[in-house]
Formats: sequence, C-alpha cells, structure tokens
Amino acid sequence: MSSVPKALKYSKTHEWVRQDDDMVTIGITDHAQTMLGDLVYVELPEIENSFELGQECAVVESVKAAADIYCPISGEIVEINELLLDNPQLINEDPYGKGWLVRIRPFDNDMSQLLSPEEYSKVVASEAH
Amino acid sequence: MPFIPHTEKDIKDMLSTIGVAKIEDLFDEIPANLRIKELPAIPEGLTEMELARLMRERAEQDLSALCFIGAGAYEHHIPAAVWEVTSRGEFLTAYTPYQAEASQGTLQLLYEYQTMMASLMALDVSNASLYDGASALAEAILMAVRANRQTKSQRILIPQTVHPHYRHVVKTIVGQQGIEIVEVPFDPKTGTTTLAILQKMAGEAAAFVIPQPNFFGALEDVDALTDWAHQQKALVIGVVNPLAMSLLKAPGEWGQTGADIACGEGQPLGVPLASGGPYYGFLCCKKDIVRQLPGRIVGRTVDTDGKQGFVLTLQAREQHIRRAKATSNICTNQGLLVTASTIYMSLMGPKGLKRIAEACYHAAHELREKVKTIPGVEVAFTGPSFHEMVLRLPKPVDAVLDELAKYRIQGGLSLQKTYPQIENGLLVCATETKTSQDINEYVEKLKLALNHASHASHNEKKTVTIKAEGV
Amino acid sequence: MLIFEQSQKNRSATVQYPRAISQKMDIPKALLRQDEPLLPEVSELEVVRHYTRLSRKNFSIDTQFYPLGSCTMKYNPRGVHRLAFLEGFLNHHPLSLDSQSQGFMSCTYELQEILKAVTGMKGVSLTPMAGAQGEFAGVAMIRAYHQARGDVARDEIIVPDAAHGTNPASAVQCGYKVKEIPTGADGNINMEALRAAVGPQTAGIMLTNPSTLGVFEQKIKEMSEIVHKAGGLLYYDGANLNAILGKVRPGDMGFDVMHINLHKTFATPHGGGGPGGGPVAVGERLVPYLPIPMVTKQGGTYRWLTEEDCPDTIGRLSAFMGNGGIILRALMYARLLGKQGMHRVAEFATLNANYILAKLRTAGFTPAYPTRRASHEFIITLKQEAKELHITALDVAKRLLDYGFHAPTMYFPLLVPECLLIEPTETESKQVLDRFVDAMVQILQEAKDNPDLLRSAPHTLPVKRLDEVKAARELDLVYRAC
Repeated sequence: MSSVPKALKYSKTHEWVRQDDDMVTIGITDHAQTMLGDLVYVELPEIENSFELGQECAVVESVKAAADIYCPISGEIVEINELLLDNPQLINEDPYGKGWLVRIRPFDNDMSQLLSPEEYSKVVASEAH
Repeated sequence: MPFIPHTEKDIKDMLSTIGVAKIEDLFDEIPANLRIKELPAIPEGLTEMELARLMRERAEQDLSALCFIGAGAYEHHIPAAVWEVTSRGEFLTAYTPYQAEASQGTLQLLYEYQTMMASLMALDVSNASLYDGASALAEAILMAVRANRQTKSQRILIPQTVHPHYRHVVKTIVGQQGIEIVEVPFDPKTGTTTLAILQKMAGEAAAFVIPQPNFFGALEDVDALTDWAHQQKALVIGVVNPLAMSLLKAPGEWGQTGADIACGEGQPLGVPLASGGPYYGFLCCKKDIVRQLPGRIVGRTVDTDGKQGFVLTLQAREQHIRRAKATSNICTNQGLLVTASTIYMSLMGPKGLKRIAEACYHAAHELREKVKTIPGVEVAFTGPSFHEMVLRLPKPVDAVLDELAKYRIQGGLSLQKTYPQIENGLLVCATETKTSQDINEYVEKLKLALNHASHASHNEKKTVTIKAEGV
Repeated sequence: MLIFEQSQKNRSATVQYPRAISQKMDIPKALLRQDEPLLPEVSELEVVRHYTRLSRKNFSIDTQFYPLGSCTMKYNPRGVHRLAFLEGFLNHHPLSLDSQSQGFMSCTYELQEILKAVTGMKGVSLTPMAGAQGEFAGVAMIRAYHQARGDVARDEIIVPDAAHGTNPASAVQCGYKVKEIPTGADGNINMEALRAAVGPQTAGIMLTNPSTLGVFEQKIKEMSEIVHKAGGLLYYDGANLNAILGKVRPGDMGFDVMHINLHKTFATPHGGGGPGGGPVAVGERLVPYLPIPMVTKQGGTYRWLTEEDCPDTIGRLSAFMGNGGIILRALMYARLLGKQGMHRVAEFATLNANYILAKLRTAGFTPAYPTRRASHEFIITLKQEAKELHITALDVAKRLLDYGFHAPTMYFPLLVPECLLIEPTETESKQVLDRFVDAMVQILQEAKDNPDLLRSAPHTLPVKRLDEVKAARELDLVYRAC
C-alpha cells in the first residue's frame, strides 16, 4: 500500500501539495510514482511562469509512459527542483521529500479543490479495482 | 493460390476447429449490403515469369545512357556488397525493433549509423532516420520551434537557394501549424545568400535554414550566416549533402558555435536513384535539444547479465505513448536504406568518402570548364561550387533537353518554372561516375542539341488538358 | 563488437574508391573540413562479415513466424524484390523527362487504378511515404475541404480510445484538437458517445475498421450518417485493410478519405522499421486536394500532374514522388495476386486468425471479446494469469522468443489490460499456427510450474532482458572513441 502522509493535501490527478508559509510545494504521490515506474526524465516549467488550476505545468517520463502534471493550485512558479533534471529517480526514491517538483506562490489561498489524505486514499483504493 | 499455403485438408480441419462450415461464414458480422463480390477493374493474376517479362519491358523504356541530373538525387557508384548484405532477409523482412532482444542486429546497426552520421555532421546526436530529405527539413523546423527557448517567434527564414521541392514540402507540413515561412532571396551574381540581403530581414526568428551546397551547387558562406542567425536568436538548421560533408566544413563547425540542427537527404550514401525513393532523411542535433528530436532513437545499455545491448530509447516522446502530445506522428524510420548507408560508409571509410567527394568536385569542374567553351553557354554564378552548377543556355532549355534525350542523355534539370529569373537556366551535375569521355560526349551532344533546338519551335507549351484521366 | 572497434588506421577497401586526382580545388579553406569523421577503416571482407553477423541477430519474416498484431507481417515475395532492382528502374532519376519515365509511370498509374478499385474511392495519390504521412495528408485534405467552403469553425477530430497513436498525433500536426470517444464492452464504438461528441465543431472522425480490437464495427453505416449529418468527414485508417481486401470497401462504408499501408496489405518489406508506403485514396469531394505529384494517362502517354494541374492540392509531401521502389513492389505484388488473389488475402487472413483464436480459447486463454468473430487479428488478455500467477503479457511475449516465435503486439490497444494482439496473416500454414499454439500452451504450463522461467526470459537470444531505464537515464546514443 502506498503512503499518503497526513500533513499534505492532494489532487485527484495524483499531485500532492504542502503549504510552507506563503508558498506551496508540489510533487507527485507515492502511488503515482509506483504506477509510472522508474522515471527517466522530468520536464519542469520556467521560473516566473504562471499556471491556472488544472493546467499542465510539468511532464514526468518513465520508459513506457509520460504523464502530465496538472497544477493543483493557481499561482506563479518561484522555484523548480533542478536536482531532478539529472536525477529523476529522486521522485521514485523520495516522492514527498527530495522528489518535489516545483514551488509556487499561489494567487489566493483557495485549497477547497484539494483532497484530504483520507479522501485521496479512497481515490487510490478505487483505482486498484 | 499465390503465397497461400493451405491445402484442401488444412482448410477443412481449420473450419471444423472453428466450428463453421465455410470460410464465407467468418465474415458473418459484416452487414451483407456492404459486401462486394467482384473486383472487375483488377486484372487476372500473373505468374512470376510473366510478371518478370512485363517488368523488364517497362524498365527498359526508362534506361538512359548518361544522366547529368542531380537536384537532390545523385548517381554514385554503389559497391555490390552494400545491397547484397542489405537484401539479406534478416534485414529486409524484419520489423521495427520493438522486441529488442530479437532485434540486436538492426539496433546495433542503427547505433553505428547514428555514430557515423552525427560525426559526419560534427554534432552530438542523430536519430535513426526519417522519410526523406525534404520531410526531414520540415521536422527540423518543427523541432527548432519547440526547442528555441530564446524567442517565442514562429518565424522561419529559408533561403530560395534551398531546393524548391523542399520549400514546398515545408509549406505543406509546417503550414498546418501556423508557422510563418519567410523566403530569403539570393544574390544574382553568386547564387548564394549574402549578409547584405539578410540585413533587410533582421529580427527575431525561431530558425534559419542554411543549405550547403545549395540547390545551385554553390557554396554558402556558412560561418557568417550561422553567426548572423544566432544574433537573431534563431536556431541554425543546416540542410546538407552528407557525402559533401566528408570534404566541406560540417554544420557542427559552422561559425562561432556551430549549427544547432543538421538534416538532409541520405540518398548519396549508397541508395540508388530508383525514381525518387525510398531514400531516407537524416536529422542530427546538439545534445541539449535531444528531447525535441523526433523519430526513432537507439541507445546502448546492458542486459541483466551486464552484457552490452541496444534498445529504442526516448520512446515516451513518440506517438504510440504520447499520442496527441507526441513530438511528431512519425513511426517509421527508413531502416533498410539506413542499413545500406551504414554498410556504404563502413566500406568507404573517412578517406574513401572524401575521395569520392573530391572526384565529384573534379568531374563537375571539368564539365564546367568544357561547357564554357560552347558559344553562348554561360556559367550562371561566380564562386566555388560542389558537383552541380547552373548554366545559362542561348536556347530554351526544354527544347534542348528534348534534343539531348534523343541521344539518351539526360541533360540536366530545367529551371524555367522554379527560377524564371534565371533565363534559360539549366542545373547540371557530374558525380564521380562521369569520366572525361562522358563529359566530352555531353559537351558534343549539347552543341548539337543547341543547333537543332534552334529549329524547334521555341516555348512550345504543351496544352494542359483539364479533365485528366485517372485521378 | 562495434564496427568502430575493428577499425585499423589506414586500412581501406580501395577497390571501391574512385581514382585520385591531384589537381587543386578552388574551394576556400574556411569552407573545408579539417578533421576526419568517425567512420571505420576496415576491409571489404570485414564489413561484409560484420553486417552479415549482425543480421543473424534479428528475427525476420524470412526466418520466424511474426504474429505481430496490426503490423501484417506477411511474406514479402523475393521475385518482387529482385524485379525492383532492374537497371531501368534502379538507375532512373526522379526528375527525368516524362518521355524518359514512361515505364515507371505506367506502373505508378496502374497501382493508382488498382487501389481505387479495392478501396471504392475516386482518386488516389501514392506519394505519402508511410501510413502516418498518409494520415497527415488525409487530415490535411479534410481541413482544406472545410476551409474551401468557408467552414472554418470546425476544429476537432474525433478519435476512438482504441485508435493507433498516430491518429491523434496526425490530427494535432494538422492543427486540430482531439476528442476521444470510448469503446463499448462488445468492442464496438459507443454510439451514444459518438452522437454526443459530434457537432458544428467536428471536422471529422478517424476510424479503423475492423478496429484495433480485431472486430468489425457493425454499425459503420449509421456512424457515417451521424458524422456526415454533423458536417464532418470520415477518415479510414487502412492499417487493417488486409482483413477486408476484396470483401468490403471503405468507399462503400461511407468513408471520405483513407490511407493504405503498402508494407502491410501489399507485402512490401518492412526493412527493420521502414521504408513504408502510405498512399491516400479519397471520395469525390476530396479529389481536388490530393497531394502531388500523381500520374495521369492521356492517349497512350503518361504524364505527371503537378500544382499547375491541381491548384487546390494540399501540396508535396516528399522531395520527389514518394517511395518509388515501394510503389513498384506493391504493384508487382498486386499483379501476382490478381483479382482472385485479392479476395483470398482477406479470406485466409481471417481463417488463420479465427483458427488460432479457437485453439487458444480451448487451451484456456481468455479472448478480450469472446462474443465476437475475429477479423484478421484478435486480442487475448492475460489479466487473470497476471493476478493468479504473477506473470505479465511482457513475460509471455519474451518467452515466446525462446520458442522461436516473434512476440505478438503487447499492451496495445491500451484499454485492454495485459493484452496480446495476434495477427497471423494469410501466408502462414496451419502447421506453423499449430506450433505457435503449442508453444503458448507450454508457456502457460511453465507459468504455473516455474514462473521465473518467464520472468527472466528470453534465455536463448544474443542478449537477455535489457535495461531500458539505464538507456533512457544515461543516454548513450553515439560511440565515442577512447
């Protein structure tokens, strides 16, 4: 069973969101990285680009699949995890830690679209059937 | 039954296993009103012997004694070993190497090809080939638009010294995506693209295309053009003759930092003329934009025992995974032609390839010096050229070519439709296959043709019938 | 060993070189190459031996049964290959005068006519160099048609979820948005979803029939009415034409435009991934937009049609006229088959597919669409085996290689889990099919007795399973001399 940390919020499309003061950090969940398999490439957005909720903001690739990352919250990119460019496996090894993707300055603090850990766990469980 | 091995007994046994009475029953899910019974327009089948006779008759109609046409497809000596080995069933009848373990032959060969082509272009990486030179240029342009992070411009500068058919193909393919193609005129004296002309076209552009040698056979000032383009934030795409790159400076070496992408027609490297195809397009680039490189790419890796092996890699960019978001819809490489080319380049080696390029240069040079002696014939452009040149004839070119055809000589390509500004322009080519006798023969017959053509009615346009058959 | 590792400085195959000429050249030094490219320096024997040995590491139709679904790996007649090498064809320049090209042009014209006959269409252009380029040309024609009518609001192409990946990719290359529609449990397209999807934004729909699920779309006439009524056009992906050759014609089903894969239905060699051939055929409405050049016949003479004759053409797709040598081969194959042979292609391709399906079903394999007749191909799903025995479709595919069979297409279409798409073609004998089924049965037994044998397969090939993750992470795309 994949891990779903209690301190985070989630999207139906398998991104996680962590609030750090006035920024949020975004990554993909343990479940998502397991489904994709060994990641081989990550395409990250440029800093200062803005994204709307649900807009594609990054791409992660494994050998057999490529997945778009949908921005789980509207905002401006303030930092990207450059370590991933040479070490995409960090996402597999530590999806909630060293494998983070981008930091965003949100346009507003509306997190109402996001799921709680319990709700997200149900999404994962329903996909297993 | 041609190519169907079933005996009567096989058919009976198989139908009974399936549980139907006759083959026809297997089509019972197809609505009856859609079914056809006959194909009256198709002739009866032939035996291989009958087909061979028919095809020999047709092939003989197209035999010519001497061919001096180039224009993007070049006659070269192809060593017998090239197609003997390429025609082995294991190369000829294999499919795309999806099952890597069962395709190590093709995969290793493609890796060797990528190495040779990238090195010939002095660039970091090569894909495993595209359809042909013209479509490779279109893909190179799409790639440049995706890869250029310095500008959001969708403007592409493409000189008129690029093959007219290539420019046409680019418009067909790239034009569907709202990319703006701007053609750059050439200097009427040199037949090349000059900085003076380019100054008038300054401004941001996604890419600038540089042909070498250009369509006229003339050599462009690639260093200056490359540096100018980079100043406009454009990526530089070299569209080059790969054989010539054994002699001429390769795209990766152009200007201060080199061209970013090189592409072109692989045909000169061991592929026969064959009425225009199948050929293959090559596409090479710098390392930092490899993710935007479309088409198949082979990588070296290891198996579970740590032994060297080869696989298709970077496949997540491709249509079968990425579907609507793929870098291109392409799923073919021209594997068989690349097989021939890899064997050809291996046989020739660096020195052989250069020797051929030099021989081409000298044959064309000899031709140039000799035709100049014919009264009224002029070489259209000053400056160095490779194995092709434009002549200006004192008579309408089409009539002269028809005269030459009577001697079974293919005298070159008329530029009347594509470059009307070059009056009576004829593009003519001589490769290493042309001896001094061949060239003398050409010059002799051209003289005769020019004489006779004066009696032919000038500019006799064949009327185009509007309702054509068979379309 | 790589060819580069056999290289010895200054070794060469000089008999292949032209004579050296010592005269000077007038090319400025700044335009000349200074270093040597990394090409091997080897003898002719070394080259022949190296590449002959490499060839033996390949599976191919000439050496193995290749039941690769959706790829139609049938026998490529040798006689056809030989005749395409006749000197008059081989040394013929693509820009020769029409008067010096009548032989080749007569072949081109004849193939155009044959393809019109088998597709039920009104016009054919042979220039697309592969199926995907044919798709591009087809969608570009759809676009040109709408634009010519001022019907410019249509910006969407509908594609079923089971479609080949090239379909959506081609639509996007033509500037369209893609709308996916789902397939029902019976393998047919969900008609309600189709009705809901069409509208004034619909430029067209791309369909394969029989579909990539190996079943015939029975309501095709109704679908064509729905799409046409909405003002859209129907594109037929000819990848599965082998299933219906001489039985049903796309033109009669209501399609407006299609491509034909010559390397599938017309037996031209796949060459390790190409060349292909992807001629397009169109109904009346799209004839003006066909890509150029094409051949026409006036009196007894053949002539190229170019932009002057076809002002509304979508344009050129290749430098010359497409893959001429492939066109020749396809024509020759068609002439060998003749009209009777065309019907037999579909009949025996379908017989073979249904025979393997029946035997595999008896042996305990699960068809993905058990209520349906197979077309020329069918899908089995190993979902159950994956769950119970912890083996995957990939494991079975790799183990088949050990038995000397090329693997079927795996994991396509994406909507069927753990699937194998199996297409035997008409040129395989019952005895070969029996041996294939025997191997599948044996592998299923191995999966129960010793599943590791499958998971670590193949065991008998030049290499074992390759590390694709390493290949993608540590890109090694060219050899660098040490």
